[in-house]
Amino acid sequence: MDDPACQERSALAIRRVFGLSEKTTGAAGNDMARAEAAAAAGSEAEIRNLSDMPDRAAVDRLKKFYRDMLQIRRFEEKAGQLYGMGLIGGFCHLYIGQEAVVVGMQGALRATDQVITTYRDHGHMLATGMDPAGVMAELTGRATGYSKGKGGSMHMFSREKNFFGGHGIVGANVPIGTGLAFANRYRKTDAVCVTYFGDGAANQGQVFESFNMAELWKLPVIYVIENNQYAMGTAVSRSTAEVHLYKRGASHNIPGEAVDGMDVEAVYDAGVKAVAWAREGNGPLILEMKTYRYRGHSMSDPAKYRTREEVQQVREKQDPIDTFGARLVQRGIMREDELKAIDKEVRETINRAAEFGVESPEPAPEELYTDVYR
Amino acid sequence: MTQILMPALSPTMEEGKLAKWHVKEGDAVKAGDILAEIETDKATMEFESIDEGRIAKLLVPEGAENVKVNAPIAELARDSEAAVARPAGISTATTERTDPKARRGGDVVERLLRPAPPASAPAPAAPASPAVAADPAIPAGTQFVTITVREALRDAMAEEMRRDDTVFLMGEEVAEYQGAYKISQGLLEEFGNRRVIDTPITEQGFAGLGVGAAFGGLRPIVEFMTFNFAMQAIDQIINSAAKTLYMSGGQMGCAIVFRGPNGPAARVAAQHSQDYSSWYAQIPGLKVISPYFAADAKGLLKAAIRDPNPVIFLENEIVYGRSFPVPKLDDFVLPIGKARVVREGTHVTLVSHSISVGMCMEAAEALAKEGIDAEIVDLRTLRPLDSATVIESVKKTNRIVTVEQGWPVCSIGSEIAAVVVDQAFDWLDAPPTRIAGKDVPMPYAARLEKLALPSVEDIVAAAKAVCYR
Repeated sequence: MDDPACQERSALAIRRVFGLSEKTTGAAGNDMARAEAAAAAGSEAEIRNLSDMPDRAAVDRLKKFYRDMLQIRRFEEKAGQLYGMGLIGGFCHLYIGQEAVVVGMQGALRATDQVITTYRDHGHMLATGMDPAGVMAELTGRATGYSKGKGGSMHMFSREKNFFGGHGIVGANVPIGTGLAFANRYRKTDAVCVTYFGDGAANQGQVFESFNMAELWKLPVIYVIENNQYAMGTAVSRSTAEVHLYKRGASHNIPGEAVDGMDVEAVYDAGVKAVAWAREGNGPLILEMKTYRYRGHSMSDPAKYRTREEVQQVREKQDPIDTFGARLVQRGIMREDELKAIDKEVRETINRAAEFGVESPEPAPEELYTDVYR
Repeated sequence: MTQILMPALSPTMEEGKLAKWHVKEGDAVKAGDILAEIETDKATMEFESIDEGRIAKLLVPEGAENVKVNAPIAELARDSEAAVARPAGISTATTERTDPKARRGGDVVERLLRPAPPASAPAPAAPASPAVAADPAIPAGTQFVTITVREALRDAMAEEMRRDDTVFLMGEEVAEYQGAYKISQGLLEEFGNRRVIDTPITEQGFAGLGVGAAFGGLRPIVEFMTFNFAMQAIDQIINSAAKTLYMSGGQMGCAIVFRGPNGPAARVAAQHSQDYSSWYAQIPGLKVISPYFAADAKGLLKAAIRDPNPVIFLENEIVYGRSFPVPKLDDFVLPIGKARVVREGTHVTLVSHSISVGMCMEAAEALAKEGIDAEIVDLRTLRPLDSATVIESVKKTNRIVTVEQGWPVCSIGSEIAAVVVDQAFDWLDAPPTRIAGKDVPMPYAARLEKLALPSVEDIVAAAKAVCYR
């Protein structure tokens, strides 16, 4: 997808779809053409339609969404495979099915914004641009992993990418994310902290404590509740009195919105609005992402709490990657062979990451006593 | 005639100042009328009459300092002879000015007028504090000024906040109330509400928020009203603050200080009287400081704020009002992890920290009268534990008694006994002995509470026992 010729082909395809002059090139040209067309048309409805049209930057973004989601999918499939081979130990929580959430949200962020989540964190790390090889090497417990092999699947961080973990205790990351937002406000930066947690964590007391302080002090934090329907094996309706989790901020005056978390564009649109809200100093916001995880809670989950048919149905009808890929083709943004090329490239990247993870050395014994104190 | 007595306005108050009379002799008063303003080292409070009558005599003049609790301050004449005499006209409304958190359920009548100005706060001297050995960390010829531990802690925070904008203080009642125990007195005025922040009563939440702020590059000082409430936040302190540096392969430093009063206060019973020293001292990734003297409180709190690691700073409510000399230096910082021999001796080593150091000082005086010359080691820091100083002392005295307020099982004393047996077995002339709080939840009744806590007599007896005297 980084191939300029490929991008040019896609851009041409869009122009054809939207009936624009093929002479204009690049985002600026598109904007000009769009403005002209809008002026000529004169009707508000048409202006709105035309503003939906992706420009060059938007096309690049959509392609990146596809690639990033696919990279997470392939990474997680590989991690599952390595776990089965005994090369990854302990707890390993896969993100398969939820890819649109982190990829869409990340698209709405700047590099200076922070991200923090709980332990189903591989997708978040890849979305922030962390190196799949470093993540995989941490999963395999090697010295080249992001935490030098001392953190594992649930505890990884990248200061460089502003990824603040990777926290193993359900809900504990929520006050911490709120504190990162507090630091942003204290230092008068315009950075926003996106704090992810699941439908299970949403019932933790410290989540409500955080909501209260975040709204009280108008902190720039976006709470993204990834509602994948099951807290481990407990369905939301069996654990939660108010199943509409976006309403969770109501008693703290925090606005909330439910979002189709299987649609990366819907996530992105909601993310852009939420980030603007928080960045402008309006305080926190809750986005409830309706999503679904295909795999078990962890690798040892027999998934007796839901039917095979339920999972199959979501996979077939709502898969965030398949549906989005089909939409890109249908809209003329990408062709089938381009999607396949991306898959090939991603598979190679992931295979190299797995190789790196398996072949990297284990931490030296001296590492046992390092990093306890600074 | 009823005597009106000087009220106790907090569990630890022993005396106070009669700041202002609101009545004069001959005035008629009824229940609920304000009689006087009483100033303690924490606050100035109004004090109400609970009886009807006429003020016959004011026994204590306005402005009188160091008026003992329960001393008669006025006489009330009954208008009606039929009135049933009551023992004392003390307003019950003001007698329970404990920690405000204990009253979450229902507010008692209490009017906090204004914080007492720090300089005029009566500062009860530490009990029996004879010559204290000089701290080798303080340059010879340094001048000293005598201040309370409370002032030393406040000064340490103020100095560090002046030198580093990323340092801020948050906690319950730290700002407008001026601190539940008046440690943060004056800080809001100097630094404003950006840096001195009142939190909701939400320990887990604000401890975690502090950890996040530290990950974000700030240096929070998180005050727990007492460490009893920090149990609500224990996951954030241990799993988030202490372990994340390790789990991140060294990327995620957490420069944060959790501080507040620890250990038994007085008559506040089991849930408000626990000593957490050994809990925190067990955790890799934390540093744990528990000073007794004001100089250590100041020098070590400044060090804690500058330390790039999470530091637990255990204070003691009863010690807050004690006065000690503090070096008059522009920037007095002490090293973390160094114990100090505060009294040199040859016959037995007494090892303790926090308020127990004061008890050891008293015990040493008593022992001296019986010809036993005790050496006192003040640990000051509990993690990392300065076992070298303890071992060195034991090699000199060949006997050791540990003293602490906390429970005996898996205690600081247990650890020291293990270390001494491990590293100085051949120097020991007697088994190491531990003096600790009794292995029970803290009772409320005064008599039982006294029995539950270690006493100077216990220390004297233990020291004599290891000396086979």
